[in-house]
Amino acid sequence: MKILVCIKQVPDMESKFKVDAGGTWYAKTDLAWRMNEYDEYAVEQAVQLKEQVKDADLTVLCIGSEKVKETMKKALAMGCDRGAHIADEEADKKEPFQIAGIIAEYAKEKNFDLIFTGMQSQDRGSGQVGILVAEMLGMPGITTVVHFAYKDGVIEAKRELEGGVKACVKVAAPAVITCQLGLNTPRYPTLPNIMKAKKKELLSVPAADLLKVESRQDTAKMYFPEKKGGGLVLEGDPAALVDQLIKILKEKTAVLG
Amino acid sequence: MKVLLIAESREGKLLNSCYELMAFAEKMAAETAMFLVGSDSALPQYGGKLYLADVSAAGEYNPDGHKQLILDVVAKEQPDMVVFSHSSYGWDLAPRVAFALQAAQISEVVDVAGSTMVVPVCNAKLRRDVAPKTAKTVVTLQAGAFGLAEVPSAAPVVEKLTSQSGGKIEFTGYEQAESGGVDLGKAKIIVSAGRGIGKPENVAMIADLAKALGGEYGASRPVVDSEWVEHNRQVGTTGQTVAPKLYVACGISGAIQHLAGMKKSEFIVAVNTDKDAPIGDVADVLVVADLKQFVPALTAKIQAL
Repeated sequence: MKILVCIKQVPDMESKFKVDAGGTWYAKTDLAWRMNEYDEYAVEQAVQLKEQVKDADLTVLCIGSEKVKETMKKALAMGCDRGAHIADEEADKKEPFQIAGIIAEYAKEKNFDLIFTGMQSQDRGSGQVGILVAEMLGMPGITTVVHFAYKDGVIEAKRELEGGVKACVKVAAPAVITCQLGLNTPRYPTLPNIMKAKKKELLSVPAADLLKVESRQDTAKMYFPEKKGGGLVLEGDPAALVDQLIKILKEKTAVLG
Repeated sequence: MKVLLIAESREGKLLNSCYELMAFAEKMAAETAMFLVGSDSALPQYGGKLYLADVSAAGEYNPDGHKQLILDVVAKEQPDMVVFSHSSYGWDLAPRVAFALQAAQISEVVDVAGSTMVVPVCNAKLRRDVAPKTAKTVVTLQAGAFGLAEVPSAAPVVEKLTSQSGGKIEFTGYEQAESGGVDLGKAKIIVSAGRGIGKPENVAMIADLAKALGGEYGASRPVVDSEWVEHNRQVGTTGQTVAPKLYVACGISGAIQHLAGMKKSEFIVAVNTDKDAPIGDVADVLVVADLKQFVPALTAKIQAL
């Protein structure tokens, strides 16, 4: 079985963001980077499937600068067999259709049985790439998966809907699965596996070799939303803050008796 | 400008989000048509033309089938824009339709600024104005961003669509949310734990404050996904929607899915170390503090009242 898992490196969302000089994306300096949270579940599911079927080859793909290799090494340490790095210094300028185009171009004719992605990225958040890859490759795609089981070429998955309801679906491989938070418990790489990962294949291909589609949208501007305001911000010594808050709760609510 | 609005039904019920699509169309001053996989007995109060595919034939979840039905309507109506809700139905179907139409898709639109669409970035900390470069556009709208259109007491002009069966994905049924346990909907006071609590041992601190206030404790999605708190205490789009007299959000950054589940609370207090966290937008009071110090101190003070 051949499995592909597509990941993205994103900033930690707790970071202090700044808009870059071009005014259309966030500045990439002074940020802590990590694997897109949704993709951690995708990697874990791909590794679990590989462990289940035993005879499997699992490739992790990531588009970005040299720096994304750090995140790819985490995926390799979690259990992916090889890395396909699509080298692109301007990956953040590419819109979902182009990103999907690059992945589909890489994956076509490689006969992957399963392709896993996160359901969306934490930064751009379009939620399009997985399904676009599926459409481009003519494969069925299932989004927002919170349960995944594979047996004899058939996938049984549960999609998460609003209000905690799940939709149960069945599909034959090959298929694309986009993973929602909570699908599994992503493992922490162990030290021996981190060491082993350093020896695994990690090849780079220039994005230009795989990009065959035109951009369909432009970012005109990136900016901070106006604070809706109104809310009171309390800062300072915790003990004093407690007294201030209790005073406010007594004045504005009836909850303290 | 003409827009095709994609309404939704679930388990035989029309979803109210169709009125948000109508509010968006109103804001765009656009001519509209509507598409629904549903039934005669649950039609929207919509005065325009409704293309209706019967759910018993088309299925509630059948992306290949629904995509084809929408494409047939697009061929007939030639809309400039196809509009979905940014929901589990919409974000699943929209890219399929966009791909087939060779259209740009703009996801989770929260506002319109001239010819560009406004979307959130990085957990709503930033925003982006996006301009499509294609003749047709597909958009998904963030829940609640455009409000509900004033519901007209109108009946649509229905044109029935015939659907072909088939498609690669087989839908085998719904699994209902676990019920029982806590009904947060009835709680007058809720104290919720977010990722900022750091470790499962700190749930007790949140539960203690809830108890001191005479309320219940809840949690945001990451805390439930980590299995620190059971799912029936989850507040948000995929958990419970609550509107207590007091909501205290501890270490919750304020993802849109969480805000959607609690922003109608009468009074909201947020405790967070990040002054810029989006929860600040809905909070009446934002306490900038380390919750591990602040929460136990607050609990002790309230117990002593």
